[in-house]
Amino acid sequence: MIRKMEKEYAGAKLGIWLFLFTEILLFGGLFLLYATYLSSYPREFAIAGREMHLGFGTANTILLITSSLFAAMSVTAVQQGEIRKVLNLLGATIICAMIFLVNKYFEWSSEIGHGFYPDSPRFSAGPIGEALFFSLYYLTTGLHGFHVLAGVGLLTVVALKVRRGAIHAGDYVLLENSALYWHLVDLIWIFIFPLYYLVL
Amino acid sequence: MNSSNHPTLPLTSFWNDTGKCGVSAWVFSTDHKRIGLLYLYSVLISFLVAVLIGLLLKIELMAPGRTIMGPVTYNALFTVHGVLMIFLFIIPGFPGVFGNLVMPIQIGASDVAFPRLNLLSWWLYITGALTIVLSLFTGGGPPDTGWTFYVPFSVRTGTNVSLAVIGVFIVGFSSILTGINFVTTIHRLRADGMAWGRLPLFVWSIYATAWIQILATPVLGITLLLVVAERLLGTGLFDPSRGGDPIMFQHLFWIYSHPAVYIMILPGMGIVSEIFPVFARKPIFGYKMIAFSSLAIAGAGSLVWAHHMFTSGISDMAVLVFSFLTFVVAIPSAIKVFNWVSTLYKGSISLEAPMLFALSFIMLFSIGGLTGLVQGAAATNIHIHDTQFVVGHFHYVIFGGAGFAFFSAMHYWLPKFFGRTYSEKPAMISWGLMFAGFNLTYFPMIILGMKGMPRRYYDYLPEFAPLNLISTIGSWILAAGLAIMMINLFMGLLKGRPFGSNPWGGATLEWTTPSPPPTENFDEEPVVTHGPYDFNRAGVP
Amino acid sequence: MADIEKDSHHIIRYPKLVMVWVFLLLLTGLTVWVSRLDLGVLHVWGSLAIAVMKAFLVIAFFMHMRYEGRLLRGLLLLTLVTLAIFIGFTFFDLSYR
Ligand code: HEM
Ligand SMILES: [Cu+2]
Repeated sequence: MIRKMEKEYAGAKLGIWLFLFTEILLFGGLFLLYATYLSSYPREFAIAGREMHLGFGTANTILLITSSLFAAMSVTAVQQGEIRKVLNLLGATIICAMIFLVNKYFEWSSEIGHGFYPDSPRFSAGPIGEALFFSLYYLTTGLHGFHVLAGVGLLTVVALKVRRGAIHAGDYVLLENSALYWHLVDLIWIFIFPLYYLVL
Repeated sequence: MNSSNHPTLPLTSFWNDTGKCGVSAWVFSTDHKRIGLLYLYSVLISFLVAVLIGLLLKIELMAPGRTIMGPVTYNALFTVHGVLMIFLFIIPGFPGVFGNLVMPIQIGASDVAFPRLNLLSWWLYITGALTIVLSLFTGGGPPDTGWTFYVPFSVRTGTNVSLAVIGVFIVGFSSILTGINFVTTIHRLRADGMAWGRLPLFVWSIYATAWIQILATPVLGITLLLVVAERLLGTGLFDPSRGGDPIMFQHLFWIYSHPAVYIMILPGMGIVSEIFPVFARKPIFGYKMIAFSSLAIAGAGSLVWAHHMFTSGISDMAVLVFSFLTFVVAIPSAIKVFNWVSTLYKGSISLEAPMLFALSFIMLFSIGGLTGLVQGAAATNIHIHDTQFVVGHFHYVIFGGAGFAFFSAMHYWLPKFFGRTYSEKPAMISWGLMFAGFNLTYFPMIILGMKGMPRRYYDYLPEFAPLNLISTIGSWILAAGLAIMMINLFMGLLKGRPFGSNPWGGATLEWTTPSPPPTENFDEEPVVTHGPYDFNRAGVP
Repeated sequence: MADIEKDSHHIIRYPKLVMVWVFLLLLTGLTVWVSRLDLGVLHVWGSLAIAVMKAFLVIAFFMHMRYEGRLLRGLLLLTLVTLAIFIGFTFFDLSYR
């Protein structure tokens, strides 16, 4: 019986990692496009990149890194059986994620307000590379934002299960795997941040 | 599909023993065997519909000019034919049907690693399939882009490309989940004694396939989403007038779709590797090389995608590199062929239905593979690109290769799961018709392509008429063979004579359990003490 | 079945996690600071190098990869190499057009 549990634990771990690999390749396609268009339009990308709000980007980076810390700590907490702490840490992770999304909302609104969006009159008139930068930016951060949203949902479900006692020190693979997913969302952002906000 | 078909089957079999037999006991079952059969019925429906469309295409091409349809209908029909065959039949077919039915039993497991995820995969497949069907009748009507959805046409056409593409995306997600499930299963659930060196070659091929599903399918996913974004949001990423590069779409598309041809063919190779030793009564020749070449094909096959793009305007350097790499992939494929032939050499061969299909696999796949090299060579590629040569080539590979392997597996394994079997005579006749009809249909296309007849046109110059007529007549013979095969097979599976636990004399684990197997697959947990083709130690003559 | 977990139930103590977090913040500061310097193309590679360091920290500690067996590490490497090839080989086309 114990051996069977071990087997299932290791299987679930392998399974979630395989899933994370597919996520890496999903975003990989967008990074591939970024690389190609950066190499074709380095100057236009530089100009477009300077329009980005570094403040929002940096704040969101710090938020995600911090939320990742909380998620990692929640795994430690559940391993040590500190259920109260698990709930607090998960709550903190979710709050960070929500603030991230709110920031993103304001950031996008401001950019769209300035006329930076696909097919906008401003881009139809201007040099062609800049529009590509913004198209990629919206698609990449949009897909990422969608993953943040999914992560919020997932972590909420996990928190409820912890409270119901379905996840505990003896069986916490769901929490661990959800935390892994959350770290992946963070990882993707770690690359989005320099590529879109800093590189040029 | 319920137990009343099997009043005489033992109550312990997976058909009966849950006590439930309604539709919901099937569509919500997490038993890998029931899910495998669900996939079987679903992919066969897609296949048969697509075959009918293929026959219509051939009737249109029977004579020059308009025969039964105009260009618009023809464009829509070859697109739907291709999409159904590729995304709803052959890609999900092998993992979904035989990966599910056979792989867990061959490694001595009682199910896959994540049974509920497995069920979700099937539901996603159905959802995607229905979405594709819906796309045919809504919006601007069925897509007319070809199964490749190339930009700029796929962005500009008024047909319902967006919905079709979303359907394919969902099916792709299903394929990814199946891949994750199978890799985990093969790593974690092998029975005691089932070392990697004892894995049946079909399992090796499913393992390699699953990795392609995991690593390549997401790239297709994002590509399709980008097409939708182009259409709905006007992102301009592939639009040259706004700085985008349409060739980048082709790169992204083929980064998935070339490896995907190995999702189609690798399991087929695994299947014939199971069948040759059993029907030649000889251990497989070069077990390690065959297993290794599956991984090598999966790996090297991921490096050749741009050979579909030689005429698109990619750089000469890229043509050189990708042409060279394409020839490299031929090596592991040839290794397999030589090992199969060596297995047959001096064996005591019995020509039953599964073996006939498997033998013709070698021949048809070799023609497909060699014509592939003609296209892989940059110079000849220019001559035959986008001609009927290409259509002939890929039907030889995916229909003559993968398709015939699929039929072989149906004759070899399905009786195991139904506990009843088909009659041999009609099976052989149907094979003969299909084999003859197949070559009559597709070999003329290879010649027509070399003479310059383009693909994807409903009309052609009068000088191509004779060969096209032969090809169309061939397609009728092929269809007759297919019909006899399906009828004979399913009549036999439902009403035929009983099928014992190991009539073929196989040495892999699925032959140690009753036909049909019990829900848990084995009456007691198996312990593996010999290799998969070690007939002596398995105690079969 | 030791091929997957060396010590998968390894518990990473809070102070260690916080240390990792501090490093991540420092690297974030560094990458923002570097981006203000005028380095030309080096920017791209510099920022990516820092991002890779951050990713390494997250994977090794937050995601427990340091304490996993060889299998998972190998498969992660396989994935990253695959992505690198997909991007790298495309440049056989783009760089020589
Ligand atoms: C009786 C069986 C079949 C017949 C008569 C048939 C016939 C055809 C014809 C006439 C075309 C269009 C040629 C053109 O004008 O470009 C075509 C295209 C195609 N067929 Fe088949 N086919 C059959 C089976 C299959 C199978 C089993 C597969 C794959 C598993 C398949 C995959 C395709 C694909 C991918 C295309 C390309 C569609 C496109 O151009 O977008 N076919 N087939
Ligand atoms: Cu190819």
